[in-house]
Amino acid sequence: MKLLFERSREGHSAQHLPQTQLSGYSLPEQLRRCRELRLPALAETEISRHYTELSQQVHGVNSGFYPLGSCTMKYNPKIDEQIASLPGFTGIHPLQPVSTAQGCLEVLDRAGQALCEITGMDAMSFQPAAGAHGEFTGLLLIKAYHQARGEGEQRTKVIVPDSAHGTNPATATMCGYTIVNIASNAAGGVDLDALRRAVGADTAALMLTNPNTVGIFDPNILEITRIVHEAGGQCYYDGANMNAIMGLARPGDMGFDVVHLNIHKTFATPHGGGGPGSGPCGCKAHLAPFLPADQVTEAADGYRLERPAQSIGRVKAFFGNFLVVVKALTYIISLGAEGIVEAAETAVLNANYMKKRLSPYYHMAYDDFCMHEFVLSLAGEKSRFDVSALDVAKALMDHGMHPPTMYFPLIVPEALMIEPTETESKDTLDEAIEAFIAVQRQLQADAASLRQAPQATPVRRLDETQAARRPVLTYQEKEL
Amino acid sequence: MASYIPMSAEERRAMLDVIGVGSPAELFAAIPPRIKLPALALPPGQSELETCLLMAGLAAKNRRFPLIFRGAGAYWHYIPAIVGSVINKEEFVTAYTPYQAEISQGILQAIFEFQTMIADLTGLDVANASVYDGASAAAEAVNMCRDRRRNKALIAATAPPMVIETIRTYCFGNNSGLELIPCGPDGLTDVAALAALLNDGISCVYVQQLNFSGLIEDAATLCQLAHDAGAKFILGVNPIAAAILPSAGEIGADIAVGEGQPLGLPLSFGGPYLGLMATGAEMMRKLPGRIVGQTTDLEGRRAFVLTLQAREQHIRREKAGSNICSNQNLCALAASVYLAAMGNEGLITAAQNCYAHAHYLAERLAELGFVRLHSAEFFHEFVTDSPMPPERLLAGLEERGILGGLALAEGGILWCATEMTGKAEIDALVKAIREVSGQ
Repeated sequence: MKLLFERSREGHSAQHLPQTQLSGYSLPEQLRRCRELRLPALAETEISRHYTELSQQVHGVNSGFYPLGSCTMKYNPKIDEQIASLPGFTGIHPLQPVSTAQGCLEVLDRAGQALCEITGMDAMSFQPAAGAHGEFTGLLLIKAYHQARGEGEQRTKVIVPDSAHGTNPATATMCGYTIVNIASNAAGGVDLDALRRAVGADTAALMLTNPNTVGIFDPNILEITRIVHEAGGQCYYDGANMNAIMGLARPGDMGFDVVHLNIHKTFATPHGGGGPGSGPCGCKAHLAPFLPADQVTEAADGYRLERPAQSIGRVKAFFGNFLVVVKALTYIISLGAEGIVEAAETAVLNANYMKKRLSPYYHMAYDDFCMHEFVLSLAGEKSRFDVSALDVAKALMDHGMHPPTMYFPLIVPEALMIEPTETESKDTLDEAIEAFIAVQRQLQADAASLRQAPQATPVRRLDETQAARRPVLTYQEKEL
Repeated sequence: MASYIPMSAEERRAMLDVIGVGSPAELFAAIPPRIKLPALALPPGQSELETCLLMAGLAAKNRRFPLIFRGAGAYWHYIPAIVGSVINKEEFVTAYTPYQAEISQGILQAIFEFQTMIADLTGLDVANASVYDGASAAAEAVNMCRDRRRNKALIAATAPPMVIETIRTYCFGNNSGLELIPCGPDGLTDVAALAALLNDGISCVYVQQLNFSGLIEDAATLCQLAHDAGAKFILGVNPIAAAILPSAGEIGADIAVGEGQPLGLPLSFGGPYLGLMATGAEMMRKLPGRIVGQTTDLEGRRAFVLTLQAREQHIRREKAGSNICSNQNLCALAASVYLAAMGNEGLITAAQNCYAHAHYLAERLAELGFVRLHSAEFFHEFVTDSPMPPERLLAGLEERGILGGLALAEGGILWCATEMTGKAEIDALVKAIREVSGQ
């Protein structure tokens, strides 16, 4: 495909703005840029066709099955998009008087109350723009809390299980903490003895995903949070996997003090090819005074914005990815109490159905019922046929589906992590199951061909080593 | 109740049979009974029609101003129709991060084009695929410059308060230092004060061009001072002004960051917006977030892929420079389409119109007694005093459908004009001010 710059022709343009009627005002010459801009020159037809061509080389949820584990690629309802594009939301300046933005504040208030109910938390901030940003915010609440109690110097360590998302340890580092990794037990959960050995007077927090990244709800969860609390630490809940249990169990009741949610996973807002997401951070009352600016409160004359007394400050400008919150609220109102539970139950049903039907063909990393996702290991295939998880993932593309998450969690060798979500039909799941089975047969019959997959995609396998070794990160007029 | 689950009761039964359980509840046996939630205290689900009415009702509780003279970090610009058309294509909307390059070339190429245009605009070598917004981009840039020896950042006090506050929060996180460079009486960063603050413990200097008062800083001089002391220089840029102001690269900045909202994103009560980040080749491997690179496929065709991933959290975990994972990709796409639609000429016209309109506005306001507080050159924002209480003026303008300038806590009003507010709109504002003030 040609790049925008290769389609550019001098003299092509799309005039969008009039010349100003006000002549005689011009930036003084000595303050002006010397380096010429080199944006492409294109007519609107050319731009339109360019992006249509690009969009045809993208697999979205609307294109087909997308069982990308840990990412909850569920259907994104159209009404959510339509509501978020209402001029009554898109045309509002963030620094308008709050008396003229009451609808926006009500959105934040209603969404906050609903998410507090779903998580069992007392307060919710929508400032964080994504899950990792929510983690950052949540851990800073914990840091500020320990400091306020005079234990800031002493509590320097954050405990993270080895099955955790990479963002957990990265976040802890951004918050100035040292990471204590603890191994998982044979069932994929937290090893209680390892946890007991790890906690102490230097423990700031435990960061945990539950259900965890191998798709298992940790049955010892109450004991886990008790151990951490008894050592004076706080419990941080990574809400990436909330889709499995929303309406059925709440992090707040499990003993967690602070959570983040991934609105763009659990609450059906689209991923946009990488964002924008939204990562609201919720907490129990004892952490609420530290929340970032600004919290919505309700007074006799309407909604207001207030800064919590000991606020950590702000993690970005304004109020977060507001339009994403609008979409999530639309979704929550549409589904309601019973719809939310049905979504979680069906997500778990679909995952268990796929797991059960694939069990004769693939090695499951863990045997029990799973939650919303499960992990299989291709370690056996790797040693017998020299076929990797990557090869299998690439081969699945030729069956018209997006591959599962590869090589995660790190504790399962040659892992593929499959999360079908609740918005897929039995027919779609059956087709995907047949695809997995066909790939297993191909693997055993002709392993070499699998290492050549995919064949039917717009491009074949890429040379990633070359990309990283000699980075070409912008268009150069002379081909390198 | 709306439902997005394509499943009949018979299909559900058949699936449960395959699994070998009688009901979905049996799949949740691992949850301790003590914490099983009996029911969610939320209203029952609504049909699409009911939801639509309810949400439209909330939108209607907002007041949308037909004329806006307020900026302060969120700017009212024209958005060409092609932008909305492209970013609403379902494949772009519903895809995840392009981990699987073979079926994500459209997104990867679009990001590569975005990186190229941001590098061009900033005059630097490379750009990333975006971060959350301008403020968090500034905070990430400050973090890129830290090391063991140099662990304190100097931030221009003239930068927007929300940017300063965001950097401060990130510094609270990683236990690094931050000090403000005072503002001189002319509203610009005090050059002598910066010189006095610099030492070999300073990691970087952050200056925002334009500053919060809308003034054009002497960025080249500040940059030179920082470099003389061995510190990095980060320039916060406004991407529309960047079309005519010296680029970060020409100034000598090590990193450019900026709020990308003016490039085709609506005001949207503050988000989603777009964090821009660009740097020189030597700091490329310290950039946070996704970066797309060009390579070839098995058959030798040009193709694009996420690259330099050894920087990122999913590989480096606690040793990663940033935890960022999701970014603002669809907003970056909007900015790309915007820049492609505007072209050099269109973007420069937008910038020149902003400049011309703001200067005309300043003259008209001065005639009404709203005198500028600074004499330094400005782009499309400026601060005036007010011959009447700002609250009364602004309330009067709001009654007339005009969102006036922002009343500043320290006194004065921060006004903004863009290509949207030309002579006719400014003359309407002047008329409204006359009415409110009884002139």
